[in-house]
Amino acid sequence: MKLSRRCFLSFSLGTTVGITLSPLPWKITDDLSIWTQNWPWTPVPRDGAYSLENSACTLCPGGCGISVRKVDHRAVKIDGMKDHPVNDGGICILGASGLQYLYGPFRLPSPLKRVGERGEGRWKNISWKQALTEVSEKLSEIRSNGEPEKVAVISGKKEGTIACLLERFLTVYGSPNFMTPSTVEDSYEAALHLMQGSRASVGFDFENADFVLSFGSGILEGWGSPVKIFQAIGKLKKDGSVIQVEPRLSNTAAKSDRWVPINPGTEAAMIMGVAHVIIREKLYDENFINTSTSGFQKYQSLVMEDYSPEKVSVITGIASSQIVAIAREFAKASKPIAICGRGEGRIAGNVHETMAVLALNALKGNFNREGGLWSVPKPDYIKWAEAKPDQTALEGLEKGRIDGAGSKEYPFMTSLLDRFPKMINEENSYGIQALLVSNANPLYTMPDTEAVKKAFEKIPYIVSFSSFMDETAQFSDILLPNPIYLERYEDVPTAAMYKKPVLNLTKPVVKPLHNTINTGDIIIKIAKSFGGSIADAFKWRDYETCLKETLGAQWEILKKQVVTEDKNFVANSPALETNAGKFQFVADDVNKSQNSKAGIPHFEDLGINGAAGNFVLIPYDSMPLSTGYVASAPFMLKVVSDKALYHQDTVVQINPETALILGLKEGSYANLETSVGSARVKVTLYDGIMPNVIAMPSGLGHTAYDDYMGNGKGVNINQVLGVVEDPVTGLNAAWGIRAKFSKA
Amino acid sequence: MEKGHNTTFKRYGMVIDLDKCTGCGACMVACMQENNVPFKKDETDKIRSITWIRVYKLNNGKPYPDTEICYLPRPCQHCSGMGDHGHSPCVSVCPATATDYGMDTGIVSQIYTRCFGCRYCMVACPYHVRHFNWWDPVWPEGMENYLSPNVSVRMRGVVEKCSFCYHRYQLARERAFVQGRKDIEEHEYQTACTQACPAKAITFGDLINPAHAVYELKNSPNAFQLLERLQTYPKVYYLSDRLWVRMAGDNYLEEEKREMAQAKIKR
Repeated sequence: MKLSRRCFLSFSLGTTVGITLSPLPWKITDDLSIWTQNWPWTPVPRDGAYSLENSACTLCPGGCGISVRKVDHRAVKIDGMKDHPVNDGGICILGASGLQYLYGPFRLPSPLKRVGERGEGRWKNISWKQALTEVSEKLSEIRSNGEPEKVAVISGKKEGTIACLLERFLTVYGSPNFMTPSTVEDSYEAALHLMQGSRASVGFDFENADFVLSFGSGILEGWGSPVKIFQAIGKLKKDGSVIQVEPRLSNTAAKSDRWVPINPGTEAAMIMGVAHVIIREKLYDENFINTSTSGFQKYQSLVMEDYSPEKVSVITGIASSQIVAIAREFAKASKPIAICGRGEGRIAGNVHETMAVLALNALKGNFNREGGLWSVPKPDYIKWAEAKPDQTALEGLEKGRIDGAGSKEYPFMTSLLDRFPKMINEENSYGIQALLVSNANPLYTMPDTEAVKKAFEKIPYIVSFSSFMDETAQFSDILLPNPIYLERYEDVPTAAMYKKPVLNLTKPVVKPLHNTINTGDIIIKIAKSFGGSIADAFKWRDYETCLKETLGAQWEILKKQVVTEDKNFVANSPALETNAGKFQFVADDVNKSQNSKAGIPHFEDLGINGAAGNFVLIPYDSMPLSTGYVASAPFMLKVVSDKALYHQDTVVQINPETALILGLKEGSYANLETSVGSARVKVTLYDGIMPNVIAMPSGLGHTAYDDYMGNGKGVNINQVLGVVEDPVTGLNAAWGIRAKFSKA
Repeated sequence: MEKGHNTTFKRYGMVIDLDKCTGCGACMVACMQENNVPFKKDETDKIRSITWIRVYKLNNGKPYPDTEICYLPRPCQHCSGMGDHGHSPCVSVCPATATDYGMDTGIVSQIYTRCFGCRYCMVACPYHVRHFNWWDPVWPEGMENYLSPNVSVRMRGVVEKCSFCYHRYQLARERAFVQGRKDIEEHEYQTACTQACPAKAITFGDLINPAHAVYELKNSPNAFQLLERLQTYPKVYYLSDRLWVRMAGDNYLEEEKREMAQAKIKR
């Protein structure tokens, strides 16, 4: 048969029409799409038995309770625990991301030993036996050289059994160098000590207050225990008011009833100005001032002389009429609270500013009562037999702390971590031979990253107990990973800035995923390997036994209900434990050699260093960016605005007016330079910031972890921030830094 | 026990108090964890970043120091369409019936296995609540372990969006059925974002049930909806006592603004 052209064409057409009209193409397309959608790498989560287990969160010092939803043995969701005294069912962004920390690939799978150069990232798996033997040998070598003071601990936690075990170990070993990162709580603690004589933490009863006057505190940006404060502020906004004094329109300022922009760093002057008006118009609580305070005359004369609204207006840039109005509102409120501590309170700040705030609160006598400022006693449930250091240890302890806390210069301080790098880098300190880091990531979180790194390079042996491959772990010699909070028992005392003492217990909600050992167990094991007085101080079989014995009757209760709260707690009212039993407007425990005003609340132009340029760089904190020990989880980074992080670049906020002068546009690149370091950043124009001020987000720029959380996500703000020592406390008072800023 | 477990007619909706919202993002993360929302190494390109609820930052457009900002969380608006016939913008255009309007609950569903990725719905949705999976979701090693079996993991090539945590509704209903109850209580069905919100800004419930908190809240003089004039009839209401925030709910022309502002004040 001959195939004609006509025949060929009609056959082709017939086939086309036939196939089109048949179900074949539709069937194939359908099958194809179903097939591609069932490719095996799309996970199908396994089903199983559902359960809900309560525990406590330790990702920040907030002290919240959590409810973990489980399917068989897998945890699938973290919610807030209902009826928990701190968070009552609410949860913050960090707590909600908890499972990403549990199941993340950046967890340390087993003990690791460094094989390459420091920080190179080459590791060898070793057994726990070998790891513990190596650490014990190293520590005993240092001790047998008669230099036990050359061992230091940086612990992210100040309280609780793990911190106490570490400190106890150091004591019997012979080193006074137990250090903890300082925050604004330390500044409050110092101020409470100076003015009230108490050794207590500060707590704020925002829930019952009717007026909050905040001097730059990021109460909605992670300050204190975030969920508690969010709930309290929500209530307060309905029945009272919040005024935020700050150079930048932060979330806190945006949610306040009024935002009062102020020249950065002059908050203390404003506090004194408000006090001036209250005193001048006799709006203070005369009864409290007359019966429960001392030194009022001296304070009054300083306030009256130096801080009239007109003078304060010149310093702060706030109109004097507004200062008067704010002061009257504050005085008129029945339960007003004034607070200070910038951002989420990462930086301790100037103690005279904190004292000025306490003094302002004292004018209304709003201490230790409903809706006021509370002195919360330190947890006292840890009642171990006193450790008995031997002769070597006593000699080591006598050498004094390397950071200078408790020395003649800073007599009432217990830890000054921010001075530590400086002391190591200075030749005249005795140096450190071994550093143990628990629950902390100083190489990321401490200001002036370069100096901290330089100091760490001088320490020959660094041990990290971190659960994650963070910056400090990356720079360590040996890693002894701790199980994370969802896998272990641990007591969590106090909730940051909460008015009542609470005690939480975390418990193993899931079986430990990796080959980890609780830091508490490690300390007990190492101590036992020493024998003698060191082993004697650690009689417990293991950490769980220690915890059970410490908590006593509370153990069973806590296991069942996660939290105990002293519902009837009332601070001794007024909890004033000074010699005279009075609130001291003028602290006597202060070295007055440098400054005649030392000890009296006042404003000083402190807290900013460097001559780098005409601009002022201030850090800003935000909920989705964690600035502490743990980096922001992938979920949190998804929430971060593209006006804070855009691809690889940190985005800084400047006023459009400033941008115009510098020839910058939205999205242009700029060079930022301070006396500490420099960075290339992107610019976003923001009307909510004072001209000539640059606001830079904190919590970015991790170099460790993995590609999801670190490795080129912006700049760590600590690379450009420095440390300014407060002359009284030695704490870091740097609220910002001078910067050069120009078009890149 | 009565046969069947068809509960009564519902219109689930949400009232979000913008004066309480602090923009912290806890709702977004709670949602991602609850609904197996994937993530990538770089999530800064917000157009391609999949989120079922997103918190927008609004400002009043005034220069320093009169600037004000406000946060606005935006889940799927679950539009009823005119006359509550389920003519939501997305439902109307879907050629695959992959998205449908629940006549019993008022919830707009998304059925991933039906979706073939034409993205008409994304074009139709005036609220940008829909996201397309350009890539297969990949979790870093180990993280698949936290995935919840209650919500299917989406594959490449399909559109996804907020479901008002419909699986929670199903679970609550099943529980009620087993216990021999015909209906569920308000507290038994709450979305993940509502539960998580530390500021308690979100209220969720049945808009037509006078016993539910949202019933009263939505009638507040401060309540408004997004793009009201499109007549999509969303079931998410917002509250704010600030006029500029209420005005930000729609794109008014300059000459309309004054008139609308008057109307909004009067209401």
